[in-house]
Amino acid sequence: MTDKIIVENFSLTYSDGTESLFDVDIHIPGNKITALIGPAGGGKSTFLRIFNRLNDLADVREVRGNVLIDDVDILDPELDVIALRRKIGIVFSRPLPLPLTIYQNVSYGLEIAGERNKNKLNAGVEHALQMAELWEEVKGRLFDSAYSLSGGQQQRLCLARTLALEPEIILLDEPTSALDPVATAKIESSLSELKNQYTIIIAPHNTQQAGRIADYVAFFLQGRMIEFSSVENIFTRPVDERTQDYISGKFG
Amino acid sequence: MTKIPASGNASPVLKQLIFQQIGFSVVTALAILTVLPIIAVLVYIIYLGAPAISWEFLTAMPQNGMRSGGIWPAIVGTFYLTLGTAIFSVPLGVASAIYLSEYAPENRLTRLIRLAIINLAGVPSVVYGLFGLGLFVIFLNFGTSILSASLTLSIMTLPVIISTTEEALRAVPQSFRVVSVSLGATKWQTIRRIVLPQSTAGILTGVVLGLERAAGETAPILFTGAAFFLPRLPNSPLDATMALPYHLFVISTQVPGMPIQIQYGTVLVLVAFVVLMNIIATILRSRARARRSW
Repeated sequence: MTDKIIVENFSLTYSDGTESLFDVDIHIPGNKITALIGPAGGGKSTFLRIFNRLNDLADVREVRGNVLIDDVDILDPELDVIALRRKIGIVFSRPLPLPLTIYQNVSYGLEIAGERNKNKLNAGVEHALQMAELWEEVKGRLFDSAYSLSGGQQQRLCLARTLALEPEIILLDEPTSALDPVATAKIESSLSELKNQYTIIIAPHNTQQAGRIADYVAFFLQGRMIEFSSVENIFTRPVDERTQDYISGKFG
Repeated sequence: MTKIPASGNASPVLKQLIFQQIGFSVVTALAILTVLPIIAVLVYIIYLGAPAISWEFLTAMPQNGMRSGGIWPAIVGTFYLTLGTAIFSVPLGVASAIYLSEYAPENRLTRLIRLAIINLAGVPSVVYGLFGLGLFVIFLNFGTSILSASLTLSIMTLPVIISTTEEALRAVPQSFRVVSVSLGATKWQTIRRIVLPQSTAGILTGVVLGLERAAGETAPILFTGAAFFLPRLPNSPLDATMALPYHLFVISTQVPGMPIQIQYGTVLVLVAFVVLMNIIATILRSRARARRSW
């Protein structure tokens, strides 16, 4: 097993002091689903946004430590952030389609990357929608507004949009928090299929979801990474007492 | 059995209801009152101006010391001035707004620029006229011309276009920008493909509001481009021109024995010009808004 992502002594502080991270050390394996669990405000979203440097857009005061993806330092100021973001997709907690058609939402990333060939775009859009298990539902109305879809469909569209760029890593920030159980199940089944090809890091919207889909679990509490282990270990033999208390529902 | 509350309890409620009714009536009456002046003005102008409107009035040169004939050169002049103002102020204004809304860091320089724009909006229009005379007509030697007048009107129009465009850009949800960037778009790609198309409606509103004001202004063109009487159409941007608002000023105050229909006919044409621009803006805006899905 190789470590796709290595985070060492990573700390981050926002200008207003909220949801900072302190000395996070974690080795995330490739082609697995790693879930970040813990109470709200613990730094999970901030942690996810390190990998595609989306924190660059936020009001960050200070960043320390190392983050390596395939042994490349992604915090390097000289790094090509655009290329990094194509390699590392993200799905947000609310479905956020762009104000375009269904087709354009999926082709957007490809077109931005300079793809002009219509056949390649069509093939890319179809492939991405199939992987997100949305193709059958939308193939007849690709040129309708993305907002004509239901919430669950919109979120799968957002997943397809990310997959279209054929990324290596997919970040998911509570992707099912706005969805009903049926839509949630669909997303979860897609993710389980996808982990053979992608490294997936997810902040699940509850602990049970981590139990259902994750291979590895990291427990975050107030900006610190408390424990990282396989899903079996975390749920049955947690080492840290705080992990034990969180898993058993003593706080949350 | 419970007793129905005595009338002594009911009367304060009744009182409140009466007060409420009076309150509603007063605010409704005041709201209607704001509509009255505009209706009165329009009816008055149409009543006095409509008899003057004819094909000849709209398309002929002024004759007999402007006491008869038409106002064609003034109509064309106002069209040219509005067009010229649009050419200078729209690209500059929209670009400035994009800079301020999307790129400018929150620092002292940005605050200074914003302060300047706010103050620019408060400068009396005659001051712009004098400034245009000094800078464009004399110093840059553009002479009394459409060019000088358009540039002067552009400066006056800029703050309106900048502030409404900036507002329209800021109304586009931040989440769209984050999503676009997360898909590997640069800032400019995000602006061009997502932010600008989504704010077209608001930008158009600002542009038309600004140009409308420019079309109706007299003072800024008084010294910079308007001709008292010029019975021919301008040949180049360096020609002076007649314009509807200034022509109106001239025939209302400077020409003795002026038939009143010609004055009100001119007013009617100017108002129609502005209303037409408004209608075009409304149509463009509702089309842009219909495409918007969030």
